[in-house]
Order: sequence, then structure tokens, then C-alpha cells
Amino acid sequence: MLILRCPYCGVSGEETEFHAGGEAHLKRFGPGSSDAEFEAYLFQRENPKGVHFERWRHVNGCGKWFHAARCTATLEVFGTYPAQSTEPPADLRKAISAKRPGWKWREFS
Amino acid sequence: MARRRYSVFALAREALRYHAGWERAWNSPAPKSRYDVIIIGAGGHGLATAYYLGKNFGITNVAVLEKGWLGGGNTGRNTTIIRSNYLQDPSAAIYEKARSLYETMSQDLNMNVMFSPRGVIMLAQTEHEVRGYQRTAHANSLQGVQTEFISPARVKQLVPIMNIDGPRYPVLGGLWQERGGTARHDAVAWGYARACSGMGMDIIQQCEVTGIRREGGKVTGVTTTRGDIGCSKLGIVVAGHSGVMAEKAGFRLPIESLALQALVSEPIKPCMDVVVMANTVHGYMSQSDKGEMVIGGGTDGFNNYTQRGSFHHIEETLRALVETFPVISRLKMLRQWGGIVDMTGDRSPIISKTPLGGCFVNCGWGTGGFKAIPGSGWAMAELIAKGEPGPLAAEFGLNRFAEGRFIDESVAAGVAH
Ligand SMILES: Cc1cc2nc3c(=O)[nH]c(=O)nc-3n(C[C@H](O)[C@H](O)[C@H](O)COP(=O)(O)OP(=O)(O)OC[C@H]3O[C@@H](n4cnc5c(N)ncnc54)[C@H](O)[C@@H]3O)c2cc1C
Ligand SMILES: [Zn+2]
Repeated sequence: MLILRCPYCGVSGEETEFHAGGEAHLKRFGPGSSDAEFEAYLFQRENPKGVHFERWRHVNGCGKWFHAARCTATLEVFGTYPAQSTEPPADLRKAISAKRPGWKWREFS
Repeated sequence: MARRRYSVFALAREALRYHAGWERAWNSPAPKSRYDVIIIGAGGHGLATAYYLGKNFGITNVAVLEKGWLGGGNTGRNTTIIRSNYLQDPSAAIYEKARSLYETMSQDLNMNVMFSPRGVIMLAQTEHEVRGYQRTAHANSLQGVQTEFISPARVKQLVPIMNIDGPRYPVLGGLWQERGGTARHDAVAWGYARACSGMGMDIIQQCEVTGIRREGGKVTGVTTTRGDIGCSKLGIVVAGHSGVMAEKAGFRLPIESLALQALVSEPIKPCMDVVVMANTVHGYMSQSDKGEMVIGGGTDGFNNYTQRGSFHHIEETLRALVETFPVISRLKMLRQWGGIVDMTGDRSPIISKTPLGGCFVNCGWGTGGFKAIPGSGWAMAELIAKGEPGPLAAEFGLNRFAEGRFIDESVAAGVAH
């Protein structure tokens, strides 16, 4: 059972209070993009065994979307941060580096 | 290297000498320095691929590399439901090929895989499902797949312990495949492994592939925890770890890895002799030969490689199943486990060439690939042997995502299997 903390209302709750929303920080491609870019945006996912940035929604709470950093190999939650972020905050990345030296995630590592 | 046949005479012979003469079912050799073909992953799909490379194409200089133990992935963790009544033509073709190969698998492999074509019902518990399954039944009759849409009364006749008038999930009908059923999952893996070993192939367990060697856009071999091994062709058949392996080969896949769980109850007297799937409530159940009720549920919502799922998913599955099967309400559950399933966007598998020359991938079977093992191995062997997909695999290429040519099984085929 994951325990997540909503960065908006500050409530910590079990995962039944939240809803998982898939990979975070996807770059959106639309009309005018190449076929490869559009395909990658729609279907290809990092799906790493390790550090993962993802979206969650506080469905049974304040209802807001937010982001979380979590390890898919251990289920450890490193932290959560607001959805209005284009990249994971620096202090969170530092904390992850301390626990998972050499972690990789697109251009954020 | 041919194995001594299993038969009633062998059983009698061994019974008379305290079972001292059984030989090992497969060899466990040290890896050679190079093979024509290396398959990564000794699950059902990897082993079946190797088997048909030998049987259909005479390619036997083959190694199957497994990081853990043979069949220890999803192949040994699934609820073994076998059926072929999918909606789309390419799916019906490969799943029906697989189902028909299951009919004779015990004879073909000389291993009792306990294929039990006891029949599979998929319950329609909403109007939407009624329409969806009727559509599937019509599609199946055009495809030559035997299946029929049956009434609630017939469902009750087939499964007397079912409550068809539940307040939330009344049974409105069902899609019934009489020759669907179950098989013994371990025996499928063991049977293929034994047959492959008998053809001179090397099955190498405790050998994790840690890197994929390439030169000039072509695969040249793999690095493993037991040294470097060269090959001309490589098949990646690692289910939940497909994304991890693809990254090592330098490309990405439209796959996400999620946990799927199953559980079994304490054994009880025979009470249900068909398989029942209830896709609206994400639950399915059958009774094993030992008497346990074998129960499966839905996937968790988040990426996961831990082979461990969330408790509330089991709770949801059981809550819904108890309404449909009131007799199970006081059963104790004995064991629960999870596997990591490889999900694609259209819920159909990938059997494909890849951007790396000589490297082929078979994955994306997600929550429902046990039933497909022989058909998938057949198609994958053809792809590896010829370098181009045959008719069974043609539609399942990676290019379908770029081309928007999905094989959508997410709605009509139900959530799970
Ligand atoms: C709980 C559950 C219930 C299910 N129920 C059903 C059902 O009722 N009916 C049905 O049809 N399907 C069902 N499925 C799905 C089915 O189990 C899978 O689709 C199928 O078994 C996949 O087989 P596979 O050979 O591709 O994968 P696996 O059996 O997982 O084999 C892949 C192998 O690759 C190995 N591997 C991974 N990485 C490496 C590496 N780096 N080096 C070497 N080896 C590696 C793994 O150890 C593993 O043994 C279920 C799955 C689960 C988890
Ligand atoms: Zn909140």
C-alpha cells in the first residue's frame, strides 16, 4: 500500500484515496509534428525499473492533480510536487540521487 | 540426447524400482561461446519460440537464457485460462491457433500438460457487455471460432452455484466457449524445455542478460552474468521486463509494466466445472484439480516491477465475486501472489522486428498470454527464422502504433483475459 502526500491540501493518505494517472512530464506533440514524435508522445513510455515520475489525482480528497517521484523496483515514494511543474524540483532530484546514485530519467537526471 | 518417453509403461517400470530411474527432464549445460539464435526469457513464450525454431525450421543451435528459474515469471503465476473468442481477426487467428495446439500439446510434447477444455463463460453483467459479446459471437462465427452467446438460464445450468439475480451485477447472459479451459502452467514450460533440450538446445537458468552487444546496427550477442555469448539472431521474450531489455538494445517500446494478482482458496469439494470470468467486476474463478478456487483480479494502476500488488484490489475482486458466488463467502484464502504484466495501448501483443538488425521482440501479452503460448511461439519462430513475419504475426508489428492500425481488444474482449 503506497502512502502519498497531496502537495495541495497537505493530506497524507493511502493509495485508495488517490488515482494513478501515468507517466509525468510528457511533452505534448500535435498537428505539425513528425509521425515519430506523435507516436512517441502517444504510446512510448519510459517504464523504468527504478525512479519514475508520475501523475496522481487526489480523487477522494481535494480533487487536484499532482506529481510524484517513486521507485518502481521497491515502491518507495521519494516525494510529491505540484502539477504546475515542468520538471521535478531540484531538492527532490538531489534527494533521489542520494538514494539511487546514477539514476536516469530523460533529461532530468 | 533424445529423452526416454513418458508412458504408462515407464510409470510401471519406475514403480517397480522405487522411481530410481527417472532422468532429468532437461540438461543444464554451461553456455557455449556462440549460438545461431539466443532467446532471452524462459517463460512459455520464449520456450515455445525455441521449440518451433527446432520443430518447424530445423534450427537447433539455440540457447534460452533465463535470469531466474524456468517458468518462474508470469508463466508460473497465471490463472491458466485458455480461450480464443477475441473480437479482431488477427487476435482470433493467433489465439485459435494456440488453443488448437493446446488440444494436442500433451501428445506433441510427451508431457501431460493437463489441458482441460472444460469451457469458459464470460459473464455479461451490463447491457454494454451484452451487446459487446453478441458482437464478438458474430465476429467469431465469421472467423470460424466456435463460441456462442447464451442466456442467463443456461449460465445457471452450467454453474449452479452462481447467483444470477445479484442486485448490482445481475447476469444478463454470457459468451460461452465450450472448448476453452485451463492447463497446468508449469507443465507447459517443463514440456517445452524438455523437448528443446531433447533437440540439443541449451536451456540456461540463473543467467541474467545484462547487455546487448551490437555492431553496425546489428546484434552480435549478449552480455550475461555468466559471460558474453555471441549470436546471429536474438529474440527478446521477457514480458514485464521488455522495456528494460529494449533500452539495452537501444530502442523503446509502447509498453508499461503493471502488477497483476491472483489467489487461491483452501480446497473444497468439486462445485464448479467450468471457468467463469466476470469482466465488469474484474474477477474470474475456476476450480483446480486439488479443489482450490483459483481467483484472479485486475491490474494495479501504477508502474510496478515488484511482483507484489495492492491489497485493496484483491478486496474489490472478492467483494464482487462474493455477490455472484455467495458460497465462497466463508472460504479462507490460502495464497496470494503477483506477476508483472506488459501492457500495450491496444491490449494486443507485439511480435515484431525491431530497429536493431537481427533482434526480434515478442511481448505485450499483458494479462492474457498464457493461452497464446503455442501460437505465439509458432509465429515468433517463423519471424526469427525467415526474418519477416508470417501471416500470424504480420498484424502485430511495432509499426502499427505509428500507423494507427490498432488491434483493439480493450473493450470487447473484456479487461482481463
Ligand atoms: C496473476 C496473473 C494471472 C494471469 N492469468 C492468465 C490467464 O488466466 N490466462 C492467460 O492466458 N494469461 C494469464 N496471465 C498472463 C500470462 O501469465 C502471461 O501473458 C504469460 O505467461 C507471459 O509469458 P512469457 O513467456 O511472455 O513471460 P514470463 O513467463 O514472465 O517469462 C519471461 C521470463 O523472462 C525472464 N527474464 C526477464 N528479464 C531477463 C533478463 N534480463 N535475462 C534473462 N531472463 C530474463 C523472466 O525471469 C521470466 O522468466 C496472467 C498473468 C498474471 C500475472
Ligand atoms: Zn489534496
